[in-house]
Amino acid sequence: MPALTGPVWFKVASKESGESGLPLTNFRVVDFGTAWAGPMAAQLLGDLGAQVIKVESRARLDGLRLGRPIIDLVTGDNIAEGDRGLWPELQPVFHGINRNKLSITLNLKTDAGLDLAKQVIAGSDVVMNNYSPGVLERLGLDYPNLRKLRPDIILVSMPSVGETGPLRDILAYAPIIQALSGFMSLVGYGEDEPLVGELQAPWSDTVASIHAGLAAVAALKHRNRTGEGQFIEVAQLEATTSMLGEAILGYQMTGETPLPQGNRDEEFAPHSNYRCAGDDQWVAIAVGSEEEWLSFCQALGNPEWARSTKFTHRADRLRHQEELDEKVSGWTGTRPALEITELLQAHGVAAMPVMNIADQFSDPHLSERQFYVDIDHPHVGAEWISGMPWRLSDTPGQIRSPAPLLGQHNDYVLGQVLGLSTESLAALESQGVVY
Amino acid sequence: MSEPASTPPGPLQDVRVVEWSNSVSAPFCGKLLGELGADVIKIEPPGRGEVSRSSGPFPNREPHPERSGLFLFANLNKRGITLDLETDAGRGLLDRLLESADVFLENQPIELLERTRLDYQSLKSRHPRLVATSISPYGRTGPYKQYKGNDLTVDALGGLSFGTGFPDREPLKTPLHQTSYLAGVGAAFATIVALLGRDLTGRGQQVDVAEAQVVGTLLTGYHLPTYIYRGIAGSRSGNRMRLGLFPNCVLPCQDGYVCIDAPQLEQYQRFLNLLGDQEWMQEPRYRDRRRMSDQYPEEAESLISPWFMEHSKEEILRLCLENRVPCVPVLTFDEVLSDSQLNSRGYFQEIGHPEAGDFRYPGPPYRFSASPVRMVRAAPTLGQHNREILCDELDLAASEYASLNRAGVV
Repeated sequence: MPALTGPVWFKVASKESGESGLPLTNFRVVDFGTAWAGPMAAQLLGDLGAQVIKVESRARLDGLRLGRPIIDLVTGDNIAEGDRGLWPELQPVFHGINRNKLSITLNLKTDAGLDLAKQVIAGSDVVMNNYSPGVLERLGLDYPNLRKLRPDIILVSMPSVGETGPLRDILAYAPIIQALSGFMSLVGYGEDEPLVGELQAPWSDTVASIHAGLAAVAALKHRNRTGEGQFIEVAQLEATTSMLGEAILGYQMTGETPLPQGNRDEEFAPHSNYRCAGDDQWVAIAVGSEEEWLSFCQALGNPEWARSTKFTHRADRLRHQEELDEKVSGWTGTRPALEITELLQAHGVAAMPVMNIADQFSDPHLSERQFYVDIDHPHVGAEWISGMPWRLSDTPGQIRSPAPLLGQHNDYVLGQVLGLSTESLAALESQGVVY
Repeated sequence: MSEPASTPPGPLQDVRVVEWSNSVSAPFCGKLLGELGADVIKIEPPGRGEVSRSSGPFPNREPHPERSGLFLFANLNKRGITLDLETDAGRGLLDRLLESADVFLENQPIELLERTRLDYQSLKSRHPRLVATSISPYGRTGPYKQYKGNDLTVDALGGLSFGTGFPDREPLKTPLHQTSYLAGVGAAFATIVALLGRDLTGRGQQVDVAEAQVVGTLLTGYHLPTYIYRGIAGSRSGNRMRLGLFPNCVLPCQDGYVCIDAPQLEQYQRFLNLLGDQEWMQEPRYRDRRRMSDQYPEEAESLISPWFMEHSKEEILRLCLENRVPCVPVLTFDEVLSDSQLNSRGYFQEIGHPEAGDFRYPGPPYRFSASPVRMVRAAPTLGQHNREILCDELDLAASEYASLNRAGVV
């Protein structure tokens, strides 16, 4: 097989991606991520132009290729079949965090599969993974080995709680990390109420993925200046804890353990989600300064209750929050959330409907900012996925391709780029190496 | 506390950031860039400084502008100057500062930016190489660009609140200012990407980070297919995750709460082994974990709750670790600070501050082998580096500095 160098790859890369000019367009990323945190970190790089090659295999499917398939398209005992991995292309959650990637299937349980992985790495800039501690070493893909393949390689590992420490081998999903970080202890209505804890969203996975993406691009910036690659460990637990300094300092400063405060704020009142007209409809209202309070009262038509001395100054409103919340709910309860929002914002008061996904789809602001985008997926047809989280004015990028099919780019990456002949590729497939 | 001379060679050591910001999102972004090695200069209005100086927590709950826990945390690793950017003189000095800067970072209201001609269109003509990073609740374009907001309204628009809380009660925002922090990390990422782009093209650009969009696009994607294919737009399910297999919830134990999330069958079986033989385990109704999660989770949880109530957090952590069950105690912050996992890795760093004292701060969450990062500087006191930056580095004459000082510009 031919020796690989960066520049050869880059020419092929830009031809394949069909787009140049994105800020990360010269970089190739190998994504060994599974589930949420790893794949999302790689996707953040892919969205901004990096060519991301996802390495996966039928020998051990990415967990997000398993599970309940899109119901309309399959019938029968589809759930159990989905859990057994029979519908890997019909898992829409997978599509949402693997767009803009190429997929190759390499069975890393075989020596030949590992050898191919190493060849791909040798032509790449960044390797991302969220394997458990020890896995890369077992595969011979740890940093000292990768460095032999390519001296300036950047390896980003995202272990759950770190590669050292008493809990290093713990089994952890997002809620487990949230529990260990302290984050979870703050999710609830109040100090004396049952803890809610859960967020219905993979918070710590997402936090860790952005930190890992940040570490990767910082390392690329360092490499641009010095030519030097490196190994970076981003522990998901530490990523989540790194954003909780307020509470960590709070405990040290006051001697009291921070506990859930619901929607309350130390400086804003009213400050909550208030029930509106309709079923399960709510509006968020946040009133801070005295000026905002006067505007708020004016927007409501200066009702009698608002003139009570209980609400005159901010300190008074904070002291009588329960009563204030009742009064505000009395006013919001008969009105639609959108109407309240427009009225209050016109008066310079922060307000917003509490939106579910249906509400978001009909919102003009989110629509203009391409909060959701549609794309064609070969097995599903037109589908909606989340848009890009940030906008770069000159190089906004775009969703260039849907989530790849399992092994969709074997021919391109292994054949065209690595130079395997059709026959050897077929042989590797029949041997279960490309699998 | 180390001095700048010993600043480690972080990956961004040749980058200079000028930050004009309040509260959390842009300050936290600046903090991250600073700990990655950038020289971050924070501009605050003379007099009171930025708003978070008046936000708690405070030592002994006594407000003091140099002792706000929020400010101290979000402004580590920066130098600070005071400059009134509503004056021509102040803006003139900013322009001189921006000549040597790579990034201008702000989270100001759009009206203020336009009034002071510090919006991107104006900046671009004077500083074409500048990356201008703008963090705002809803973004710098779109019908809501001038709307007011904070974490509460951002979580509302982003779709995160709708699913958090009990079904019969009001939706909950994320705790503290977590969404602002998340937007700050995203902005730091996108800023460095724009700097990498500048390495290619020589041109800067605007990085527009909408807090609601960060939360929405990165977190609610999990539920998007449930809406598209099954018509469920969202719902709250309290202490249990709506999607997934039983058990996936937060439950009380003897001395607090625990969180269990055991999707794989072997994990669940090992958990059942811990509970010992129970009659209910034989019933078909309690063998279908998807139905247990979807249809009668409360009933299912009542079967496992007694075991948790018989054990302490410490016992549960030990037993579940030994038996490889994904289940841990919900740590409170006193426990987080004494946590043996975090401490075994030297995660917390003690940093002294002249006015506030010594505290243990959560460290950076990454270890770079070639360009190590660590926190080296406490948050600046108000105007701490005025002379160092304006006189020593911008060559402002002492007499000029004195007159600007008298005029309240500095």
